Amino acid sequence: MGGPVTMKKIFIVLLCCLIFKTGSTAILKVGKGMPYTTIKSALQAAVDGDVIYVYPGLYQEQNIIIDKRITLKGVQFPTLDGEKKYEVLSIKAHGVWVEGLRVIRSGVSSIKDMGGIKVYDANDVTIQNNILEETFFGIYIQYGSRCNILRNRVYSSQKTEQQSGNGIHAWKSDSLQISGNLIQGHRDGIYLEFATHSNITENISEGNLRYGLHFMFSHDNHYYANVFSDNGAGVAVMYSQRVEMRYNVFKDNWGDAAYGLLLKEMSDCKIENNHFQKNTVGIYLEGASRISMKENNFELNGWAMKLMASCMDVNVTRCNFLSNTFDVGTNGSLVLNHFKNNYWDKYEGYDLNRNGEGDVPYRPVSLFSMVIEKNPPAMILIRSFMATLLDRTEKMIPTITPENLKDESPMMKPLKL
Amino acid sequence: MQKILKYVIIDILRNKIVIGYTLFLLAITMSIFNLEDQSTKGLLSLLNIILIVVPLVCILFSAIYVYNSSEFIELLVSQPIKRSTILLSMFTGLSFSMVVAFLIGTGIPILLFEPTSTGITMMGMGVLLTLIFVSVALLTAVYARDKAKGIGWVILLWLYFSLLFDGLILFILYQFSDYPLEKAMVGVSALNPIDLSRILVLLKMDVSAMMGYTGAIFRNFFGTQYGFWIAIAVMLMWAFIPLFITLRKFKRKDL
Amino acid sequence: MIIASNVSKKFGRLKALDNVSVKLLRGECVALIGPNGSGKTTFIKSLLGMVVPDHGFITFNEKNILHDWNYRSRIGYMPQIGRYPDNMSIGQVLNMMKDIRKMKSSETDDELIEAFELNKMAHKRMRTLSGGTRQKVSASLAFLFNPDVLILDEPTAGLDPVAAEILKQKIIREKQKNKLIMITSHVLSELDEMVTEVMYMQDGQCRFHKKVDVLRAETSEDRLTRVMASIISKM
Repeated sequence: MGGPVTMKKIFIVLLCCLIFKTGSTAILKVGKGMPYTTIKSALQAAVDGDVIYVYPGLYQEQNIIIDKRITLKGVQFPTLDGEKKYEVLSIKAHGVWVEGLRVIRSGVSSIKDMGGIKVYDANDVTIQNNILEETFFGIYIQYGSRCNILRNRVYSSQKTEQQSGNGIHAWKSDSLQISGNLIQGHRDGIYLEFATHSNITENISEGNLRYGLHFMFSHDNHYYANVFSDNGAGVAVMYSQRVEMRYNVFKDNWGDAAYGLLLKEMSDCKIENNHFQKNTVGIYLEGASRISMKENNFELNGWAMKLMASCMDVNVTRCNFLSNTFDVGTNGSLVLNHFKNNYWDKYEGYDLNRNGEGDVPYRPVSLFSMVIEKNPPAMILIRSFMATLLDRTEKMIPTITPENLKDESPMMKPLKL
Repeated sequence: MQKILKYVIIDILRNKIVIGYTLFLLAITMSIFNLEDQSTKGLLSLLNIILIVVPLVCILFSAIYVYNSSEFIELLVSQPIKRSTILLSMFTGLSFSMVVAFLIGTGIPILLFEPTSTGITMMGMGVLLTLIFVSVALLTAVYARDKAKGIGWVILLWLYFSLLFDGLILFILYQFSDYPLEKAMVGVSALNPIDLSRILVLLKMDVSAMMGYTGAIFRNFFGTQYGFWIAIAVMLMWAFIPLFITLRKFKRKDL
Repeated sequence: MIIASNVSKKFGRLKALDNVSVKLLRGECVALIGPNGSGKTTFIKSLLGMVVPDHGFITFNEKNILHDWNYRSRIGYMPQIGRYPDNMSIGQVLNMMKDIRKMKSSETDDELIEAFELNKMAHKRMRTLSGGTRQKVSASLAFLFNPDVLILDEPTAGLDPVAAEILKQKIIREKQKNKLIMITSHVLSELDEMVTEVMYMQDGQCRFHKKVDVLRAETSEDRLTRVMASIISKM
């Protein structure tokens, strides 16, 4: 009986602290018939640690700048309108908390990168449960550390890449937590540049003009359980190291240059347990090295994987390749990558010793995919009798396809992933 | 017309090959759907059946049937019957039997196991290819008097449409790889009904790959409503132009 | 009834018919005579529209047969070698023809079918038949629809003497019904009692077309065989 009692004691002490703390903070209410009618006036009156409640209504106050450590909370989503001219909320103090607002119509400016909510050089900022509509950039973190961006809904209906901003944008930031957001209709859904040690989890980024997720020079980040679907060019990640991507879904990215996931000049990354579904190219690797790809599921893609000859030490193990038009495409004959224990639905080998692994290697690069690589119009012959015959002969006597690109021990049955 | 058609169909049914063809298709299609755990893989095997087996059986059977019916045709020609009636009855009878065989053998399993747009497109293409290759067979049989020669021609034509034509395309693509041939390829594909139907099915089936750069040209053309109907119109032309030429030749043919 | 005007037909280099003009009238029984390969069968097939002439035209009751297929309902044709769908039985062939010609069983002339006793073997498939039996079927079909014109290509070839005699008698009876009958035959002796005219063909040309009586008078011979021998020796 000692355990629960101690727990209860701690809880009471904590509660007291909380009461004591709130006791010291003032609550400022903004709204019709409230002490303050504008957010700006409340902000002016507030001191560090205060809480401002914003009641429902339309607030057109041009650019609202938060330069004190306060909490700004919306009650039933009051609307903050930037009238297509101004940045709506600028956060310039540490520890600010913004919650429950509806932020709409920020100004559009490529020079100033106007955002719906923009953080300037501030740490420990939390932005959660907001709705952003038709903003240029949605939530923008510039030089921020330990900021949390949680469960926001960021919608936009931008038309051209030049005239559009990103949903969640982080620049030169560190230790961010970006979770549970829904981002639609921007240029890039989530964009990170020089953002490090961050967790990006459980976000849904869909229907964006360019990339669902785009990052460069952003090392040591973790991406878990996100869904990137139906984006103009899928997901592109470049020039970063030690990135982990797990349990993400990359799907329905169709187009001339659309990739479920494009990796360029990446190294020491782990890409595991992801699902790549119905993409023109499931995953595209160029100049990637020391990449572990384990237990991913590739299904119904045009090309499950395009592995350029510039890659090194890419290890593909225990992945499922199901119903892809082409399993692996490549552009050269030098292969420094390894395939092992994957399941290929096109494998036609046998397993005499019954250990679950095929006894003859599988060559995932078909001759015809090489032909198309060199001669795109040959696509007209895809799945023709001719193409099938060519592939069969090539499988027996490889001449054009890389000799070393093979899975020595392919699985006989699909892996349960 | 109806009377002659009746006798043609009775005669074809008496010939057990059509029933065999139906059962063959049925057996293959059912086993494809039952054995393959993934329906896409099954559809792929089915596509090969439709693109290879259907044209072969249609063209061979129709040609052989016409040659074997030369007595029947001679008998009819000396009777008060229009020649066009005789030929059209032959065409209708043959295509009707082959289409029914195909629909029973392949269409029903598709409707049962794969009633998707891909499946339905495949069915449509199978029917169109049946019409086309019956028509091409009649053309050959009317032009080539000798049965052995005619059957040789028919096999050659099948080989051409299902293999040689594609080989030729590949050859041309490599010879002229410096030129932008993408647009030309759309036109070239109209020259071969098997290619055309393959592309139309693949636009439904391999949609992911077709969405890529390489497939863009076909998607942009055949993927649109307009392009789709043009392709269907071209297929119908493939069925009816040979029939029309056959008709003209047959009207003046000496028997 | 049938008029052929300048009909020519080439098979490759071979001139099968060379400018043939001939007039055939109702009530005539014409013997079409000529050596092998003289164009007799081609001419007959032209009359039936089975062979389309390169030049010239043929009219049937003043209508060009090229544009009129219905005239064939008034012709009964017995081919040199009767070819029928192998899988059909005699009965089926007869019924099919009746069906196509849209004639009821009561209106047809079943005389020959009965005389040849075809009903007894109605179930036999065409491919199992002997040449003679096929000829019987052909002959029966030619007379079946009571046509105005009968074209008989070597009618007695392959028939046994009894059947040949039955057929001959039938032809004579039909002739008396004021029909146009055209017969080709190598056996001139059997034509004696039937024919009223002779049309002689050689190398695709119609050498002459005259009444038998006139020929008899010219050659002062009585039997057709002798008449022809005499004419050919003079040519």
